[in-house]
Amino acid sequence: MSMRLPKQVGEWISRDKQIRFTFEGKEYTGYEGDTITSALLASGVKVLGRSFKYHRPRGVLSLANHDINALVTDGQDTNIRADVVKLTKGMTLKAVNTDGGVINDKSKYIDSISPLLPVGFYYKAFHKPAALFPFWEKVIRKAAGLGVVNFNYPRINKRKLNDFCDVLIIGAGPSGLSAALSAAANDLEVILVDENQHLGGSLTYDRAGNADTQQMLDELVAKVSASPNIKVYAAAYAAGYYQDHMVPVVTADGITKVRAKAVIVSTGVFEQPPVFHNNDLPGVMLGSAAQRMIHRYGVKPFNKGIVVTANAHGYRVALDLINAGVKVAAVVDMRAQGQKDEQVAELVRKGVKIYTGFCVYEATPVKGKLGMSGAVVCPYDESTANADVAKAVTIECDGIAMSAGWAPAAALLYQSGIGMGYNNDIQQFVPNRFPKGIFAAGRVNGVYSLEARLTDGARAASEVASFLGKKVAAVSVESHQGTSPSHPYPFVHHPKGKNFVDFDEDIQIKDFINAAKEGFDNIELMKRFTTVGMGPSQGKHSNMNAIRILAKIRNLPVEKIGTTTARPFFHPTPMGHLGGRSFHSHRLTSIHGWHKAAGAFFVDVGAWSRPAYYQKSGLSKLETIQQEAQAVRQSVGIIDGGTLGKIEVCGPDAAAFLERFYTGVYADQKVGHSRYVLLLDELGVVVDDGIATRLADEMFFLTISTSNAAAVYREMQRWLQIWQLNVGLVNVTGAYGLINVAGPNASKVLSKLVSVDVSEAAFPMGSAQTTEIKGVPVRIVRAAFVAKQAYEIYMPTGHALSIWKALLEAGQSEGIRPFGTDTQRLLRLELGHHMPGYDTDGLTNPFEVRAEKALHMEKPFFIGKRSLEIIAKKPLTKVLVPFTLAVDYKGEMPQDCNLVIEAGGIKGRVTSISYSPAAKRIVGLAYVAPHQSELGNVFDIRTDNGGIAKATVVKTPFFNA
Amino acid sequence: MKLLNCPMNGTRPLSEFLFGGEFREMPNPDTSSDLEWASYVHYRDNAPGVKKEWWYHSPSGTWFIAERNTLSDEVLATYLYGKAPDATKTTKPRAKKEQSE
Repeated sequence: MSMRLPKQVGEWISRDKQIRFTFEGKEYTGYEGDTITSALLASGVKVLGRSFKYHRPRGVLSLANHDINALVTDGQDTNIRADVVKLTKGMTLKAVNTDGGVINDKSKYIDSISPLLPVGFYYKAFHKPAALFPFWEKVIRKAAGLGVVNFNYPRINKRKLNDFCDVLIIGAGPSGLSAALSAAANDLEVILVDENQHLGGSLTYDRAGNADTQQMLDELVAKVSASPNIKVYAAAYAAGYYQDHMVPVVTADGITKVRAKAVIVSTGVFEQPPVFHNNDLPGVMLGSAAQRMIHRYGVKPFNKGIVVTANAHGYRVALDLINAGVKVAAVVDMRAQGQKDEQVAELVRKGVKIYTGFCVYEATPVKGKLGMSGAVVCPYDESTANADVAKAVTIECDGIAMSAGWAPAAALLYQSGIGMGYNNDIQQFVPNRFPKGIFAAGRVNGVYSLEARLTDGARAASEVASFLGKKVAAVSVESHQGTSPSHPYPFVHHPKGKNFVDFDEDIQIKDFINAAKEGFDNIELMKRFTTVGMGPSQGKHSNMNAIRILAKIRNLPVEKIGTTTARPFFHPTPMGHLGGRSFHSHRLTSIHGWHKAAGAFFVDVGAWSRPAYYQKSGLSKLETIQQEAQAVRQSVGIIDGGTLGKIEVCGPDAAAFLERFYTGVYADQKVGHSRYVLLLDELGVVVDDGIATRLADEMFFLTISTSNAAAVYREMQRWLQIWQLNVGLVNVTGAYGLINVAGPNASKVLSKLVSVDVSEAAFPMGSAQTTEIKGVPVRIVRAAFVAKQAYEIYMPTGHALSIWKALLEAGQSEGIRPFGTDTQRLLRLELGHHMPGYDTDGLTNPFEVRAEKALHMEKPFFIGKRSLEIIAKKPLTKVLVPFTLAVDYKGEMPQDCNLVIEAGGIKGRVTSISYSPAAKRIVGLAYVAPHQSELGNVFDIRTDNGGIAKATVVKTPFFNA
Repeated sequence: MKLLNCPMNGTRPLSEFLFGGEFREMPNPDTSSDLEWASYVHYRDNAPGVKKEWWYHSPSGTWFIAERNTLSDEVLATYLYGKAPDATKTTKPRAKKEQSE
């Protein structure tokens, strides 16, 4: 049966555009502008879903995304909010939480065994015996959760934009519209956001039977559209409040991060259901839902119904229902004093029976609870929340509209750090302390009459203007007049329960009473035990009622109970909106492509991707590394070191700067020579090491290990600012490539390409020279990190690949081989070099790694010197020593971090260990107690499986280089 | 996301900045006692309140000092090292707050 009304003033649907879709296998037709729910309701469909826990049939509750009775899936997306999602052509929809369809759900029996399943039952019922828990877990997991995740979901990139304004106004109801116009008139740039398809808030549906307010709405909206200062985001919700007024505004196609100078929250209120037996039957709905249905979508909520109310709003709803052709059998007012105003008088004139001081005791279900056939109305005692059943009156009807009160939509205000106090005149939490730049207006601010809301918007806008430094006149708003819009305790006890507080999670009044009995009588504990407000609608229709129940149980005023934390997001936001582009910034050297083609196995080192070794088919990782190492030891190898941090330090104070920054001396360093540098922090802890090459009197070239490069450069900048020396720092890490040629044949290969003499005699350790390779200017530094004979060749990054290839070609006859970082680690270990960050940790001082030679304590200052003076007075606790295992060691291979054990106690640990093909035995570095550190001393290493490896302290290098 | 006012580049989102730890005045290494020095390098009271902190604006490589109330997370002033707006009165919440916004 069609429930579609004739055309309504201001309706949101286009009746000339039909849309066909299916729901639960049946075909229906709606109009463009319909939501999924409104199209179904118009087609006479009442049962839209099944409840989460008891699988009870559910219809419309709020028609505003304040509940999740109507969750549907189209096969790809799940948990689509049917109440607010626009109908589109060809949708094929099913309710999510059913086992065999929304009408014949096979899980509906759960409702009849609900007394066996009180809140918290599974915490207690299934933890013993533990062996059975995996079985129960499967059962519970199947029952829990809503909808089915589609694992073939396509990757959808949603846009992310930024926007900026003077004032962001959230909620375009009367107060929001008024605030926007006032702010725009004060020359402020305004962004106005509303989650509905059209602006207007309650002006779009709360009419009390006449359409006068439509004209006001049209005028307001026309002014807003005409204002060049106002930018409107409709069908967009403010998802959360973040520091310094950043608010992500979510639309169907993505997120806009809005940064405002001030924010006005005019988000209004959520209508709260009065709680009585079977208040969840299809046909029972909030008064505002019935109004939305009529005025937005031209749908008749029911044919004959009653209104249960506890405020003035219920009477307005009754007038709207009558105007839409619904027969209103009665208005049931839960308040003993009732309501006296023109709406009441008009209803009486229209012959509507008004029961003052009565409640709906229960709604009578039809077969299968798929709808309702009547309401039992009884006298109501407000102080005890009990109904006088002896005087029950049964009213035949197919629907109930409920209006008992409101809860502020204050999530964003809470997130901004607002203070709220309870106002007894309106029985509502209202803001009483605002963080800077946050303002509230309208019903969320406790202002209810339409006129006052318009004024409150102007008031908030004038406060924003003066906050932003404009001279504007103050606006005042009169305090609330008349009856309270919310009832302090709109509950009706019933021996059979099923009087629902939270429709998401099927939570009844008795669940709260039980939770309190169990000791969960604090609002945060009660929330977690009962799960109230933890469903997908996050307490929008339930938290306020939960607070009222707990206040009653504990016999405390509501404000003493407090509220739970309101976290982002305001509505569930699809992952696709949040997900990034999987963009991970990383750096590649200009030789990367060659490495890849050569079969390199890459590892991440800081932001860089580096070859660990070059995979050879048929060889294990270990064998490959050993082969690469042998090539270097026997002839020559090359490694791409372009990732190394490179910094130019220039200026008259360059040497002085280095002498303060590093532990060594550089003032007397000759141009064209390089020296070792060791960096400590202020605690005297080893941070990094590298090479300083003096290129000119006032110019040094520094290398920093790859993973420390960014941090060390930052520290250089910081100390330079403190010392105020005449020095310039240039980070040339990306500007220069570096190739290291190493091995006994290195000079032979290199000399084929350069005109300078790079022989052992002419180019000793520490030499540096500028020359050319194939016409490209290069800088060559003699270093000895991986082999006794090794040359570091620096060139402009763009030429690194051609020089790499030239070196490979020149070294072909010598069997030149590229090697990776894993091999480099083995090579330096064979020479006995420790690596900061690998063989040292966040506490290692230079004495422990025997780096005394690098410390120039005679200097007036260097970073860490004062701390070293203190450390030097104390006995050493550990020392890094080189060790070998016996040549014929056959036990388990010790690993990095295996412990050094003496008499059952821990004395140290292994930091590096490997089989050395050059030394033909297992070699390593380990921290040991000082008394164990003498040459030839034997100590124990405990392996992973608990075996003991005997290690002997030796001299380095581990082999005869 | 929070905003921070870099003295060289103006107000920028926090994602462009790195925290560099609490700023402490270095005692004279030549005259300070071991205890004074150890306290300088090791001791942080971690008590909430207005702290001087090192912050680094990554894209431009600018270190600066921020005076921040760690309780309210309000930044009261930002300036380059040694360029405090008024060396005798380092915290002037009201006046500086407006500037940093």
